[in-house]
Amino acid sequence: MILKRWMNGLVMVLIGSALACGGGDGGGEPAAETGGEAEPAAAAPVVDPATAATIQGMVAFEGTPQATTEIDMSDEPACAETYTEGPPMTEGVVTGNGGLANVFVYVKEGLDGGFGTPSEPVVLDQRGCRYRPHVLGVQSGQTLLIRNSDPLLHNINTQSTVNRGFNISQPQAGMESTREFSRAEVMIPVKCDVHGWMQAYLGVVDHPYYTVSDGGGSFTLASLPPGTYTLEAWHEVFGTITQEVSVGAAETAEITFAFSADMAKDAHVPLGEPLVLHAHMGFDHQGASVSDSR
Amino acid sequence: MRPARFFRSRPFGRSARSTTIGWLSSTVLLAGAGATAAQDVERGRLVYEEWCVECHGTEGRGDGPAAAYMLPRPRDFVQARYQVRTTGPGELPTDDDLRLVLRNGMPGTAMPAWPNLSGDERDAVIAYIKEFSPFFEDEAPTAMDFSRDSGVRDESPASGVEAYERLECWKCHGSEGRGDGQSAPTLEDWRKHPIRAADLTEPWTFNGGMGAEAIHTRFLTGLDGTPMPAYSDALASSVVTERELWDLAHYVAGLGPADAPTQSDLIFAAQADEGLPQGPSDDAWVEVEAFFVPLVGQVIQKPRQFAPTVDGVWVQALHDGNNLTVRLTWNDPSRSPDPSWDEWQTKISETLYADGESGGGERTEYEVESAPLPLPDGLAVQFPPQIPDGLERPYFLMGDPRRPVSLWLWDSQTGLGQATARGLGEIEALGSGGLTGQADYEAGQWRLTTSRALLAPDGSALSFREGVAIPIAFFAWDGSSAEDVRRGSVSGWYYLYLEAPRSAAVYALPLLATLVTAAIALLLAVRARRSAAHPMEMTAQTT
Repeated sequence: MILKRWMNGLVMVLIGSALACGGGDGGGEPAAETGGEAEPAAAAPVVDPATAATIQGMVAFEGTPQATTEIDMSDEPACAETYTEGPPMTEGVVTGNGGLANVFVYVKEGLDGGFGTPSEPVVLDQRGCRYRPHVLGVQSGQTLLIRNSDPLLHNINTQSTVNRGFNISQPQAGMESTREFSRAEVMIPVKCDVHGWMQAYLGVVDHPYYTVSDGGGSFTLASLPPGTYTLEAWHEVFGTITQEVSVGAAETAEITFAFSADMAKDAHVPLGEPLVLHAHMGFDHQGASVSDSR
Repeated sequence: MRPARFFRSRPFGRSARSTTIGWLSSTVLLAGAGATAAQDVERGRLVYEEWCVECHGTEGRGDGPAAAYMLPRPRDFVQARYQVRTTGPGELPTDDDLRLVLRNGMPGTAMPAWPNLSGDERDAVIAYIKEFSPFFEDEAPTAMDFSRDSGVRDESPASGVEAYERLECWKCHGSEGRGDGQSAPTLEDWRKHPIRAADLTEPWTFNGGMGAEAIHTRFLTGLDGTPMPAYSDALASSVVTERELWDLAHYVAGLGPADAPTQSDLIFAAQADEGLPQGPSDDAWVEVEAFFVPLVGQVIQKPRQFAPTVDGVWVQALHDGNNLTVRLTWNDPSRSPDPSWDEWQTKISETLYADGESGGGERTEYEVESAPLPLPDGLAVQFPPQIPDGLERPYFLMGDPRRPVSLWLWDSQTGLGQATARGLGEIEALGSGGLTGQADYEAGQWRLTTSRALLAPDGSALSFREGVAIPIAFFAWDGSSAEDVRRGSVSGWYYLYLEAPRSAAVYALPLLATLVTAAIALLLAVRARRSAAHPMEMTAQTT
């Protein structure tokens, strides 16, 4: 046992030295332990439209979902009065047609190389004292545009742990702020402290293959390179399910994630997890995680 | 053995490996400029293990044995979210920011200043705590550009008031700044622990220091890890202007005194010229000198409270030769019982009283209630049963069976009465005994007036006398934080001195002043000796 540990240490130092000699970033963490995922892409691989594959999926739900409850917005009449077709309800568990909505689905493993960063920002809006959308994804390095559409103060408090968390105020309607996240992190809680009920969940991934299930639980991941992938489906109450799927060139594969009401009991929901410091953390040392792009 | 332990038992990164395989690392680290840094880190480790580890933990996660009793919790050096910075929201602090915190401490928290550490030791421990976090390996934080105050205040304070309104500071901090805004009961820090909105009328408790400049800096940087956001983006988008932020900073600075209140052991009750004030809102109180008595958590006996709500009470007193009237004013963001604070009460019980997450330390016997009880706010004024001849006083924490204390006992549900206490929680009610009172609550503040004849109608309570120093002590509690007459905040003994009749005063006062000064000096000496003999009392003062 002791010898084994000793050898481990030695191997790591050798790897570390090798990296340093090779002009590594000087962070000193053996990149070998992160599986080389931290390597920046030389050029984004282009997915040939002729062979591009599609994963068509369904997040099924079994059992009785917990009841949604009305959000008391009486302290904020400017928000409350925007709900003309019924009071605002909590968004924890939303189901329809036997499917579960607001599930973040993404390719967790199986993709090679980096992908270009989209120039279009992802928009997180605050309207009627709610985040819209409630669950969203953004690619690492891509711009997240945060907008306040309400005539009152919101603060945007991201409680990320792998990325640097920030907390900024938007005291006026129409105000926009932008941020970027440099590291993959699933998921980051986003909250407004002024309005305790306001909660969004943001998934940051290193590639464009992520989506959120719709009101009926359906989702589609398109333009994938053919291959075998591990997909993960994340839900704020029921936790995660991972599943493997293979899809050939120009094919469409179908996949179903089966969530059930029982899962709420012992669910582990990855969400702003404490930073774990050990050899397998995969922390990539790629510089500032949150760049202030104003 | 868990493999992870191998790495987690030491700060992140190189130092972990270097120590494990010492012979190799020493060769590597001693080569070139690394040597000084490594020595600094090693020196910092020694400082850390002597002074910091108890609260911040061996792994720097803010989870040392003492952490479970603190609110807010100690800094987590791994996650490295720092409140007091000159850098942008979400960024790391500069070394100067960290030096500032070591020099001044974090007022309003358990983090003290460290005058005992030399400059070198501080730098070394800063180098060491940065080793805990991988973030410091990537980033070289730089301070933001802060504008200087133009000093032009012609629109103030109106502009500051308007900004306070428009930027909705009041939603958390309350209309008068006492931390009682509508969002205050739901506030949590990034670890989901309940956190209080700062009481802006007590600037000496500001984490980042008092004064308009420090406040202005906090606006722009925010207090990371807390609900207080940065207004840097709002400034960059011209949603606020520099001028507005400076006016607001001066307005906030002006909500409290420019300096921390001075403490005096003696509370002076002047003789009233034109009758005694009637009730807490009587304008006559404006003219009466107020004495600030700081309160600290009752941490000596179970049930303990290390992070109490009420941190001080302002005392004003007047008498007319027959009656004594006292006004007690203290800040408490909740008028308990108040259902909008129920969730807060539950969270405080789970966070502070259940000995939850950090392990170690003793478990309190207090059972967390499944449903919050409607608990009142309250205040007790303690006196000895008779004016003591010498310097002997009862135990300042509600007396003991042998030497009880006389209480004026008030709570927001049952009102005011007199009582005798023979120890913490050992209270015998005595009815009103001629004590009358009136309380009001507004915008995060209680004001309680109590009136009584100087002479007690029977021998059960203290009779007051003019011209002598009468021991007096205070105990306060906040029901919405599940505090009560045992778990709350407490002062040591102070003295209430009723001004002697005017005619004699001209001659007697200088003499009395001399005597009182001498007495206080003696008391201080005795107290110092006692403190040394009772280390727990010291803990109470410093925690």
